[in-house]
Amino acid sequence: MTEHTRRQFLSASAGLVVAVTLPLPGRAQSGAAAILGQDAPTQGDFAPNAFIRVAPDDTVTVLIKHIEFGQGPYTGLSTLVAEEMDADWSQMRAEAAPANAELYANLFFGMQGTGGSTAMANSYMQMRKAGAAARAMLVAAAAEEWGVPAGEIEVAQGVVRHGASDRSARFGELAERAAGMTVPEDPPLKDPGQFKLIGTEVQKLDTKPKSTGQATFTLDVYREGMETVVVRHPPFFGGRVANFDPAPAMAVPGVVAVREIPSGIAVYATSTAAALKGREALDVEWDDTEAETRSSEEMLQAFSEAAAAETLVAEEAGDVDGALEGAEQVIETEFRFPYLAHAPLETLDAVIEMRDGVAELWMGSQFPSLDKPTLAQTLGVDPSNVIINVMFAGGSFGRRAQPDAHLAAEIAAIAKAAGRNGSWKLLWTREDDLHGGYYRPMTVHRMRGGIDAEGNIVGWTDVLANQSIMAGGPMEAMMDKGLDPTAYEGATKMPYDLVNFRTSWARMESPVPVLWWRSVGHTHTGYATEVFLDMLLEAAGKDPVQGRLDLLRADAGRDRAVLERVAAMAGWDGQRVKGDRGYGIALHESFNTYVAQIAEVSNDNGMPRVHRVWCAVDCGVAVNPGVIRAQMEGGIGYGLTALLYSQITLLPGGRIAENNFDDYRMLRINEMPAVEVEILDTDHDPSGVGEPGTPPIGPAVGNAWRALTGQTVTRLPFTVGVQS
Amino acid sequence: MYNLTVNNREVSVDVPGDTPLLWVLRDELRLTGTKFGCGVAQCGACTVMMDGMTRRSCVTPIEMADGAFVETIEGLDTPESQAVQAAWVANDVPQCGWCQSGQVVSATALLTEIPQPTDDDIDNAMAGNICRCATYQRIRKAIHDAASTLEG
Ligand code: FES
Ligand code: FES
Repeated sequence: MTEHTRRQFLSASAGLVVAVTLPLPGRAQSGAAAILGQDAPTQGDFAPNAFIRVAPDDTVTVLIKHIEFGQGPYTGLSTLVAEEMDADWSQMRAEAAPANAELYANLFFGMQGTGGSTAMANSYMQMRKAGAAARAMLVAAAAEEWGVPAGEIEVAQGVVRHGASDRSARFGELAERAAGMTVPEDPPLKDPGQFKLIGTEVQKLDTKPKSTGQATFTLDVYREGMETVVVRHPPFFGGRVANFDPAPAMAVPGVVAVREIPSGIAVYATSTAAALKGREALDVEWDDTEAETRSSEEMLQAFSEAAAAETLVAEEAGDVDGALEGAEQVIETEFRFPYLAHAPLETLDAVIEMRDGVAELWMGSQFPSLDKPTLAQTLGVDPSNVIINVMFAGGSFGRRAQPDAHLAAEIAAIAKAAGRNGSWKLLWTREDDLHGGYYRPMTVHRMRGGIDAEGNIVGWTDVLANQSIMAGGPMEAMMDKGLDPTAYEGATKMPYDLVNFRTSWARMESPVPVLWWRSVGHTHTGYATEVFLDMLLEAAGKDPVQGRLDLLRADAGRDRAVLERVAAMAGWDGQRVKGDRGYGIALHESFNTYVAQIAEVSNDNGMPRVHRVWCAVDCGVAVNPGVIRAQMEGGIGYGLTALLYSQITLLPGGRIAENNFDDYRMLRINEMPAVEVEILDTDHDPSGVGEPGTPPIGPAVGNAWRALTGQTVTRLPFTVGVQS
Repeated sequence: MYNLTVNNREVSVDVPGDTPLLWVLRDELRLTGTKFGCGVAQCGACTVMMDGMTRRSCVTPIEMADGAFVETIEGLDTPESQAVQAAWVANDVPQCGWCQSGQVVSATALLTEIPQPTDDDIDNAMAGNICRCATYQRIRKAIHDAASTLEG
């Protein structure tokens, strides 16, 4: 910590606040975001600890810099603070930190944002230090008040105690005095052996309000006089409005305005029902001259041809061409993956209020640091007059992490087109969501593998063709030599010693916007690499578990450990089929978290029915084992939906075939396997769990299906692939 | 003008007869616990009780609810709903939370009808409620736990 002189504790109605200099006195609860939503401190401020408020009523509120959509940062980050403060879990509260890039940056991104399963990893030391600093100041306050040495004071479960003089105080009683204490330069942290809360299953802080309908999401925000707005977007990607007639929409009672905005035609109404009816009545003519008019089939064909042509090399070792040339047996396969919509259960939505040059936004903003300047720019207001309330979001899976800030841009355009003070709620329907793009990229993998006479894998090539997520946006600067690692991550840096291998990439272009989808490139590389490996091991006459263990590099200890653990959990005995059940295994590391899964599958009228899944995970120190297990369960369910059912299909001409959950099917409770999770006990720093549970389930089921039926499904989803 | 009872309160709303009950509850009555997920009776996020039966409020026009007795997540208050919600909390069921009002309403209705449901009963009663976060395993366990509490 540096420049601690610039930091101070503020004594305010809220009590002890660990913060940088704040321009206004603290206020409780809902006002906090507004208060802190000021422009960042001037350059040079180092302000990692604007995270904690201790109120006179003893509650400790942690300002959470990461959006909560079920992956658990409210609970996880509060646990870190409570641990180092020696607080009692029952006194902990969490609320969203406001948009302030300097105070609340993701330390891995350098801006405020959530993604890549980084919330816990980047916050681990930061939040612990914040808690330790607060503890030290509470102790200093008690020492001063009681006239005893600080070193004799102990803290446990939210009580500060001096044993010799038998005095004690709760945090709230010390808050005001603590606010005047010096911020410690580098407060000592506990040894992991001293942890009391980290590693336990504390109750999630957001569980109760989410079980009683009390949690407030964006769609639940109602402002005085607010209008609801829905937008008719072009029915194909890259399309534009040619002509429109607002009259039929305006004739719908409750519709108050129809405006053209950059993303389409916006219908403003006094109620949601009226807005939807008005949009239905709209008459729009579209211009598709620059639109994607190819069908998915045509695109897949083009991608496949591109993968056969010259491509960019992402990673290479040895002499793979020579090795394949000299191989005893060469196996070739092409895997095809569709576009996928994230389909969070809460569709995209946002509320904006304009008050004389001040814009206040309520949104499940995953990148506040990008949404804020977009709002400011579109509306022509100073960034210091943009207030962002980061709301609970009903899921994201990557959908709300928008490098182009398109949702913020749309709600801003709606307010701008209205051209007055007021408030507007933007709602995307499920059809808007599924038709709206920002899909997991459609992807082709062309793979070749060679085996020698002894059954050793001697060569491996993987050529991918798909669109780039990072190109053409603020992330493009992170691309090196024209390579976008999110396109092929997981098909590089593999844990296996393949000796001669090459992974290369053909970058495809289309107006269809693509985005990260729960585990990003790993969504397809996990399937392609682990199913293909299974094929090679089978051809070489090797056991899927032992074959993998034999192939692991010497330094792949964490991969080895999860693989061995999952094999033990499932009682793996080398039999890939028992009775009517097939068993398949997959191992895949993503975001520095290592996961291995075994799936038990039967054949249910030509489709896999998944009965059980064993899952072993190493995500470093397990801050909350309950949250980790929940994320593995959820990641498996999410991956299973995609594997079995999901595809977004462009029809000839470019329109989308799928409309709603009737044709974009979700896994339901009767299809959910029994999932058993074991967490490895390791002392690595914690890594994320939101995404890594997803990649292995597809190949585990795919490999179980291969074992059971002999069919390798190379085209996803299974509903399509089992027939080809 | 339509008159109905919502959470034991008599309300009158002046909206077109084809307005879905979901948007009446949310936009007019500000009962925001009932969620929108699909609008076409596919996801169950909008589930409420109407005259003692579960109902997808997104496809229920208000004219059909005229004179009806409606209960939303905010109004649930029976031994069954209390047991369900306690089990939901104890099992840390919710992730993003968006589906959970509908899940809790459906689970409460199930236990009111069948106090000791089997796994098949649970599948039948709950398959209309999508959880995109796939909290299904915990939902199942929480329903069994709630059933035990009610029995005990
Ligand atoms: S919103 Fe009514 S069932 Fe989905
Ligand atoms: S908890 Fe997210 S949809 Fe069910």
